[in-house]
Amino acid sequence: MAKPIEAYVNGLRETRLWRSVFRSGSGATNLHRALAVQQNIFLHLFSVKMRRAALNFSVTWYLGTLSLTTFVILVATGIPLMLYYHPSVPQAYADMKDLQFVVSAGVFLRNLHRWSAHAMVLLVFAHMFKVFYRGAYRPPREFNWVIGVALLLVTLFLSYTGYLLPWDQLAFWAITVGSNILSAVPVLGQKIRFLMLGGNTVNANALLRFYVLHCVILPLVAFLLIGIHMWRIRKDGGLYTGRSKSHE
Amino acid sequence: MPDEKDTPNMEAPARLPAAGAENPTRRESFVKLGLGSMAVAGAGASVFGYEFLSPNVLYEPSPITNAGRPDRYPEGSVTADPKNGIYIVHGPQGFYALSAICTHLGCLTTWAPEQGLIACPCHGSKFTPEGAKIEGPAPRPLAWLRVWVGEDGDLMVDRSTTVPAKQFLRT
Repeated sequence: MAKPIEAYVNGLRETRLWRSVFRSGSGATNLHRALAVQQNIFLHLFSVKMRRAALNFSVTWYLGTLSLTTFVILVATGIPLMLYYHPSVPQAYADMKDLQFVVSAGVFLRNLHRWSAHAMVLLVFAHMFKVFYRGAYRPPREFNWVIGVALLLVTLFLSYTGYLLPWDQLAFWAITVGSNILSAVPVLGQKIRFLMLGGNTVNANALLRFYVLHCVILPLVAFLLIGIHMWRIRKDGGLYTGRSKSHE
Repeated sequence: MPDEKDTPNMEAPARLPAAGAENPTRRESFVKLGLGSMAVAGAGASVFGYEFLSPNVLYEPSPITNAGRPDRYPEGSVTADPKNGIYIVHGPQGFYALSAICTHLGCLTTWAPEQGLIACPCHGSKFTPEGAKIEGPAPRPLAWLRVWVGEDGDLMVDRSTTVPAKQFLRT
């Protein structure tokens, strides 16, 4: 007589090892389910309960979750790409070509990274429009809107810094044009451009600075802001689902 | 606001030494000291960070370029040197050097001999061989660069020094 799989899973959940990691224990009561969320470091940012309406596709089109998913894909593909990429003028372009034609699965990782980056910019904008046109930015969620604007800027800057790294003609001239746009900032423009590029032209220093921004600084800022963004959803009373029927 | 009759003990705190600018408590002094030292440390860190981020030595190519013998450039010719981002022009009134960097957003322009003009591939600005703008988004004409004949008779161009337009070099 074969036991159902659920019985094995429940048995596993009662083991000492499992309970030492997941303290909430097994059980199907609301208390257990709430504890499972509240006592997990990754899930405790989120609310233990949510409105059923918030799960409807039409409410969010899942755009925030999809944006986060692309970000996770970008981190997961970006880290392996770093293992074959040297941010130096003689090597950068050749490394990018090696990733495409020499490294096993390199072309898959690079293309996944590239397409996810495009998708993320698209999804973040779509998310923003959806929030705006539904009025979900209104109090008490106005601060989370501000965090979202910061996240949009981080997304765009991640996209911009990543654009230079292939070190091809497109990258070089795009960053030349972009940094000259930056220098149009009144008074400080030239100074900001000099600091960002680490010189007067798009050169070895610029490549290294963009690499560090792209791979370390901006992802850390994004992680922090995403954490606050998620936590604020709970603090601001859950996802905006429109006017609830009980208040009409 | 509570009624005054409901606060009979108002006199008691009033007799304590007033905590304020003239007579700060120890805690207030320490808070001020702490905030002050953090402000100093923050200002120092900003200056330090700014200095650190500004390179003191740049490994960029020298702005002074040797363009070779003047007789390499026949009269009426426009010669592009894309590596250095300059044009050497030998017009009827003499030699001059133009920056090939578009004044719009810094792209490298090209000389289009069949049309007799300088064109930018990025956003379509067009210039005469004397650098004046014909059309496009460029806000200024192309820069005229300092050009002179070096000690060994070679044509020298300083890309970091602009001169007023129509300064021709006669050899």
